[in-house]
Amino acid sequence: MKILVPVKRVIDYNVKVRVKADGSGVDLANVKMSMNPFDEISVEEALRLKEAGKATEVIVVSVGPQQATETLRTGLAMGADRGILVKTDATTEPLAVAKILKAIVEAEEPGLVILGKQAIDDDCNQTGQMLAALLGWSQGTFASKVDLGEGTVDVTREVDGGLQTIKLKLPAIVTTDLRLNEPRYASLPNIMKAKKKPIDEKSPDDFGVDVSPRLTVVSTTEPPARQAGIKVASVSELVDKLKNEAGVL
Amino acid sequence: MTTLLVAEHAGGVLNDMTAKALTAAVALGSDVHILVAGKGVQGVAEAAAKLAGASKVLVAESDDLEHQLAEPTADLIVGLAGDYDAIVAAATANGKNTLPRVAALLDVMQISDITAVVDADTFERPIYAGNALQTVKSGDPKKVITVRTSTFAAAEEGGSATIETVAASAGSGLSEFVGEELSKSDRPELTSAKIIISGGRALGSEEKFQEVIMPVADALGAAVGASRAAVDAGYAPNDWQVGQTGKVVAPDLYIACGISGAIQHLAGMKDSKVIVAINKDEEAPIFQVADYGLVADLFDVLPELKAAVE
Repeated sequence: MKILVPVKRVIDYNVKVRVKADGSGVDLANVKMSMNPFDEISVEEALRLKEAGKATEVIVVSVGPQQATETLRTGLAMGADRGILVKTDATTEPLAVAKILKAIVEAEEPGLVILGKQAIDDDCNQTGQMLAALLGWSQGTFASKVDLGEGTVDVTREVDGGLQTIKLKLPAIVTTDLRLNEPRYASLPNIMKAKKKPIDEKSPDDFGVDVSPRLTVVSTTEPPARQAGIKVASVSELVDKLKNEAGVL
Repeated sequence: MTTLLVAEHAGGVLNDMTAKALTAAVALGSDVHILVAGKGVQGVAEAAAKLAGASKVLVAESDDLEHQLAEPTADLIVGLAGDYDAIVAAATANGKNTLPRVAALLDVMQISDITAVVDADTFERPIYAGNALQTVKSGDPKKVITVRTSTFAAAEEGGSATIETVAASAGSGLSEFVGEELSKSDRPELTSAKIIISGGRALGSEEKFQEVIMPVADALGAAVGASRAAVDAGYAPNDWQVGQTGKVVAPDLYIACGISGAIQHLAGMKDSKVIVAINKDEEAPIFQVADYGLVADLFDVLPELKAAVE
């Protein structure tokens, strides 16, 4: 069984983002970019399934600019077998990405697609669910445990009240949450090996997908800053302030 | 022109987030209907009918809908969508799970986690863990929206919507419910609590978390939260996590104990009315957003705090 893992190139999670002066978005120039952290968890999960003998091939795919090749190489260095770059310089929304992924799924016929539950740039949390809908597949979102069986997969999900376990008919979509696994670091030999692994290059047009955005950005602003308050010296001073100044106790 | 709001409920009880999402739904400017999907949910429907702002409550009940799994719930909503020009849900685990599926089936780009309604097509939403706010205008004929409930006040009671039964769609057979482990607690729910006390990695163990945080929570009548670090380390269950990818909260009082204040944690609590930080490290970033900071060892001061509020 093949596993397809879509990965997104985003601003590194350690970078403090800056809003562009014209309000059109966030400044991406000369900023460190990395693989979306949730997608690293997805790659790791796919690799573990392959190492357990439950999958035969792990394919990473990215929709983005030429530099998204680096993100694919990261996945290949972790251990994925090959990559697909769907090259576009346009800002792609989850719906368009889901349509492109649907076409790739139809060509590659994976048994499982594992995606990060959300990308840390637009925080949409949509692509996996949308792909499941377009394919008419089952979905196990926000997974903290994935147990692959014969023709089914049990997914334990992080939900508002705790954990929920569901059984999905394969092929299926899984989206990963933080506690599913701890992604490995790529070793130097594997980074070197990854340079030789194949990356196929495509464009949205190859799949007949119109990527024009449905949402227009009107403005982007910095959130109102919260001012640091005061330091109190003791618990009694704290309780006094909370009762008499803030009125919240 | 009508908006369909998907109710959030569990265990036969209407969740308070429905009333908050209703405020956002009403702001779209159209008549609002509330959909209650599940099994054994007449009581939920009756509670929803009392919310001021909705004119009708639709109830769909079936075995397939019992656990509100995404596939049958999305099919139900899509079946009803012809009569509506906006579909809204709270950005809960259920809302986030189901609504993108609805959006894709309707060929619509969802607007996730809105924090303000500018007009019926234009919405404000946080991006980059709340480090930027973006206003977007949707060109889609139907809007599919999830609502960050912490920024909307709950709709009041006093409504008298009519309750109508709608047919549940046939099950898809794609997924089935196996089981759940729900946290049981007599404490208030995180997302609706007036006071939250949260613990971080400094607690050091699950036992210490229980021993030190819980008595103060009980004394304050507070809900209990945790940082991602504390949850990752196993000191607290996942559903207590406050932050960008956990729960987003805005209580009157948020007390962060032994939490350094990583960006992703701040994203989940910085809209709280009053923030208190208790941390040994006076350089901790949490102090930059705290109204009241106490540089101290939490193991020393939390018992004192408990005694002081009792």
